[in-house]
Amino acid sequence: MSVATRVPAPLAKALGRISSSTLLRHLLFALFGLVIVILVLESTDQFRNAQFASMAYLGIAAGGLTVLTGLNGQLSLGHGAFMAIGAYTTALFFQDSEPPLPVVGVLIVATVVTLIVGAAVGVAAARLHGPYIAGATLALAVAVPGIALFFSDTLGGEQGLNVLVPDIPDWFANVVFFITANEVSTSKYIGYIGWLCLLATFVLLANLSRSRVGRVWRAVRDDEVAAEIAGINLGRARVLAFVVSAACAGLAGAVMAMAVRITAPSGFSLTLSLTLLTAVVLGGLGSLLGALIGAALLTFLPQVVTGVGHDAGLSDLQAAELAPLVYGLTMVLVILLAPAGIVGSIRGAWRRRKESA
Amino acid sequence: MQQFLTTALTGLTLGMVYAAFALALVLIWRSTRIVNFAQAPMAMITTYVALALIDAGFSYWIGFAAALLSGLVLGAVIERVVIRPVEGKAHINAVILTLGLFIVIHALAAVIFGSRYRSFPAPFGLQGFQAGDVTIALTGFGIFTIVSVLVVMLLLVALFRYTDLGLMMRASAFNQEVARLLGVKVSRMLTLGWALAALVGSLSGLLIAGGSLVHPSYMDSVVVYGFVAAVLGGLDSPAGAVVGGFLLGVSLSFVSGYVGSELVALASLVILMLVLLLRPGGLFSHAAERRV
Repeated sequence: MSVATRVPAPLAKALGRISSSTLLRHLLFALFGLVIVILVLESTDQFRNAQFASMAYLGIAAGGLTVLTGLNGQLSLGHGAFMAIGAYTTALFFQDSEPPLPVVGVLIVATVVTLIVGAAVGVAAARLHGPYIAGATLALAVAVPGIALFFSDTLGGEQGLNVLVPDIPDWFANVVFFITANEVSTSKYIGYIGWLCLLATFVLLANLSRSRVGRVWRAVRDDEVAAEIAGINLGRARVLAFVVSAACAGLAGAVMAMAVRITAPSGFSLTLSLTLLTAVVLGGLGSLLGALIGAALLTFLPQVVTGVGHDAGLSDLQAAELAPLVYGLTMVLVILLAPAGIVGSIRGAWRRRKESA
Repeated sequence: MQQFLTTALTGLTLGMVYAAFALALVLIWRSTRIVNFAQAPMAMITTYVALALIDAGFSYWIGFAAALLSGLVLGAVIERVVIRPVEGKAHINAVILTLGLFIVIHALAAVIFGSRYRSFPAPFGLQGFQAGDVTIALTGFGIFTIVSVLVVMLLLVALFRYTDLGLMMRASAFNQEVARLLGVKVSRMLTLGWALAALVGSLSGLLIAGGSLVHPSYMDSVVVYGFVAAVLGGLDSPAGAVVGGFLLGVSLSFVSGYVGSELVALASLVILMLVLLLRPGGLFSHAAERRV
């Protein structure tokens, strides 16, 4: 509004074009995000780099889940299972020091494999509602680790598979050195991979949710009958949302495999799926920013909470369980007191203020 | 032959436990239209209550009774405090809420009782008996399991069929508005329904734990099996849940015995999918009603 009066005309025109084009606006956000990512990754140590890498994969999976649950109204408790599929695919590629594909190729293959599995599950899930879909995906989350145990010859059984992260490509190290004049460590490299994936995913998801596809998803969520009368194929919309969401989880799993460097069934317990749901609910269903905030809380809160637990005189093992306790309690409180989550509540308050003003 | 018999008998015992758990889910679904995924950790933590009492030197039966009683109280408290505000609101909120409770109770148990594996005693023998050359794998505890689940079911049937209280509970599950007009205190009935369901859930937790190991997530897969069993029976019918639990227990036992125990959860997923795609109303539905 007042921007146009203060900035010179050509700039105002450019700004206008950017804010009117969804893709340009999202790309601009992503570019801004990339700058922040570079600044943060370069100014923190190896341990923090690794933490940011895990924030990235949690963020990717939470982003996919928030689109599915928030925009399409399907509740999936099986995203941990989809992450497992992506992670195991990646781990199978990175068994030797000479992987058959470059990293980007492996990420794509892992995403596609998960996408195919997600399509199969999604076709079944699209016919289900509310608690049924939750129960079916819950079964998926419990069932998938068992597959890794059953085929223990190829999938490593209880011990899991080690992931040999390939060497940092020279061109990548050169580019980073050119921009920041810093050497690239392995954990920083994985941090970059994770955050580049996250930015790419979020641009795609943001565009999807702003497009016709996203409007169709919302229509299906809000009123099935009305959507069907308007000519929307309910099944197709649901399956598509599920597939997109599962693919995100697969990509997240691929990044996770590289960041954790081991892929074992215990990493993909029911807790992981529920934790992702916590991130999404906490941030606000349907909001990508909320998913990112949720992922940040999941990554950084445990340390704080465990520290508090230590000070309160709990043992290591007990203190480690405080973090899930806090997640669970916040999830219950959010649903009871502020069902729109952090981002949704702030937005709501903002809107009310604007209306009353 | 030996393996077949053993597998079938194990399946029978397990099936009864799944039936009890499915019954707990169905009781809550009928009264409040919520699938209580938190049933698993609720049963788990009451089993820990029993274990704590038994470790403190009390007899198994005192622990058993205390677990059932704490299940009853826990169910009532959770319905009153947490579930009441979302009753009648969007489905998704209630489901997310029970999952939040799932995490909370899980973490609480780990903080209070520790997350290591602990063995849980059984009041009866865990050995099968010998008939000629064949070992019959029906243990004393297995018989106790079957009998106790049957007793609880009969008590529930008696409650719902032959008492005024049961009639009022059925009325409030059937139509809250009308029940309220007829003077039924519906909200009390809902609380009672949750309490009874939690009691039945606790029973299944105790029966799974008996003679085996407990840790905070030992019930996690049972909630899946219980849900599948309930869906097999149509999610709405207590009798269907019992039959579904029995069928599921036997089939999963055969998967475990002849294919591999790691794939049991996957088999339950396949069964669930088949049921939902072919007979969404459960195995015993007559009318083609779309509710799923």
